[in-house]
Amino acid sequence: MSVLVLAEKDGNHLKPSTYQAVSAAAAWQLPIDLLVYGDNLDAVVAEAQQLAGVRSVLRAQAGHLQHPLVEDVLELVLSIANQYSHILGAHSVFGKSVVPAIAARLDSAPITDVIEIQTPSTYVRPSYAGNILSKVESQEPVQIITVRATAFRASNLGGNAEIIMVDVPSARGISAWIGEQLTHSERPELNSARVVIAGGRSLGNEFNALLDPIAEQLDAAIGATRACVDAGFAANELQVGQTGTIIAPELYIAVGISGAMQHLAGIKDSKIIVAINHDPDAPIFKHADYGLVADLFTVLPELNTALQQD
Amino acid sequence: MKVLVAVKHTIDHNVKPNIHPETGQVDIAQVKKAINPFDEISLEEAVRLKERGQVSEIIAVAIGGAEAKDSLRHAYALGADRALLVETDAQLQPLAVAKLLKAVVTREQPQLIFLGKQAVGEDYGQTGQMLAALLGIGIGTFASGIQLKDDHVEVTREVDKGTQTLSLQLPAVVTADLRLNEPRFIKLPNLMMAKKKTIETLAAHELGVDLTPRFKVISASEPQQKPGAIQLANVQELVAKLRQAEVLQ
Repeated sequence: MSVLVLAEKDGNHLKPSTYQAVSAAAAWQLPIDLLVYGDNLDAVVAEAQQLAGVRSVLRAQAGHLQHPLVEDVLELVLSIANQYSHILGAHSVFGKSVVPAIAARLDSAPITDVIEIQTPSTYVRPSYAGNILSKVESQEPVQIITVRATAFRASNLGGNAEIIMVDVPSARGISAWIGEQLTHSERPELNSARVVIAGGRSLGNEFNALLDPIAEQLDAAIGATRACVDAGFAANELQVGQTGTIIAPELYIAVGISGAMQHLAGIKDSKIIVAINHDPDAPIFKHADYGLVADLFTVLPELNTALQQD
Repeated sequence: MKVLVAVKHTIDHNVKPNIHPETGQVDIAQVKKAINPFDEISLEEAVRLKERGQVSEIIAVAIGGAEAKDSLRHAYALGADRALLVETDAQLQPLAVAKLLKAVVTREQPQLIFLGKQAVGEDYGQTGQMLAALLGIGIGTFASGIQLKDDHVEVTREVDKGTQTLSLQLPAVVTADLRLNEPRFIKLPNLMMAKKKTIETLAAHELGVDLTPRFKVISASEPQQKPGAIQLANVQELVAKLRQAEVLQ
């Protein structure tokens, strides 16, 4: 009985969600192996070795894993899956794509978007856009889950795992990476930032001018509502909510956001929620810890100045 | 080229579900249902490909009881050429749905298979990935753009910091994200016409798939609500509160 955790990396670093996935896996109190895959792994393997609680780092290095594809990582995991009673990945774009595929090939029903593991085989997961928390018991011999990373603390460093080389199956050749258009931002990533400030459509063309300086001071990621993105005031990848990124920062500041159900589903696990809105009846105030009824265009520069004075 | 679109008849996305006081489970028997919005986006994409002359036939497939015919009629009104209901009253879980769809795909041999990235409701988000894995074909999840070529499809996908483009050999599975397109408004005559069209039916048990549930939803609860915001008078009070809560660095 042991757990296989699928790592994810960003360049030469493990993603924060991998730290959280490892700490989630500790719930089973079984040995944990961390599968790291890519074409250039020296730095990431060295980092992965230090994660507390990891028994072995499985190093799967191959040229065709430079931009990992679902089809190839699926075969890689299947090639070692018979050694594991539990398989876990983050509920990230890649984890969501590959983990159900692995489960189907192992004829095991996966449980996705888990926010709490109640050992040995009961899980809590949100459904209905976060309006319901379901407790789900799996009867599968191999338990396969994805975890909402922000619901788990990050694993500590201080471990010293052994490295095991894994033979990588050859590329499937039925899919290929063509390219990507990534936004390079100085801001932290939305799904792992400690502070997030997000704006609604009412910020209009002032979206960046008003939010950037405050985000800079708070080292915050910037988010936006769907309406704001659809109106073209903010980039797609900034969308926070059920169909965008689901976040759970220490501090969430919602500016000019009324609080539609789909938006609330993406922010409700934030530790402290501050709502700033000119409409005292905006639903967001029912879900916030602190509210400020004010005109955004005067209060945001004031907030910027007040933060500078600290 | 033939395209298959999987359609789920599910809780209307505007409806807030309630927990049944006796069963302790989400009560979806009486709620308003509709086509899953992500499946509507899938259908729209298939129709656009057909309008461009790249697709010859669109088959919409739903799985469930007779009520799912409503969503298939919606698919007809949007532009599907055929509609197929795989009929069962069983409580279906994603793995069983993927296996049923695999059986339909094996019969129909479409080159492109569309699903929504998830259904609203249980929000599992698994079926498309499982279907592709069971068929041993490629998948592009969270598609925000597609370009159909002769023997492959290029899928632009929404990833963490932007978009990524993949090329998938056909046949392939694509799951639609919100920004793939905006489905057209359905005109009344189309809706009337859809009512007259035939919906093919197939009994799920004829497909030889074990539909036994693999996991059990033991209970459902509503998440704890915050008591409501403490209203502050000005920015200075706000900064003071945040400092007190030690969330500012």
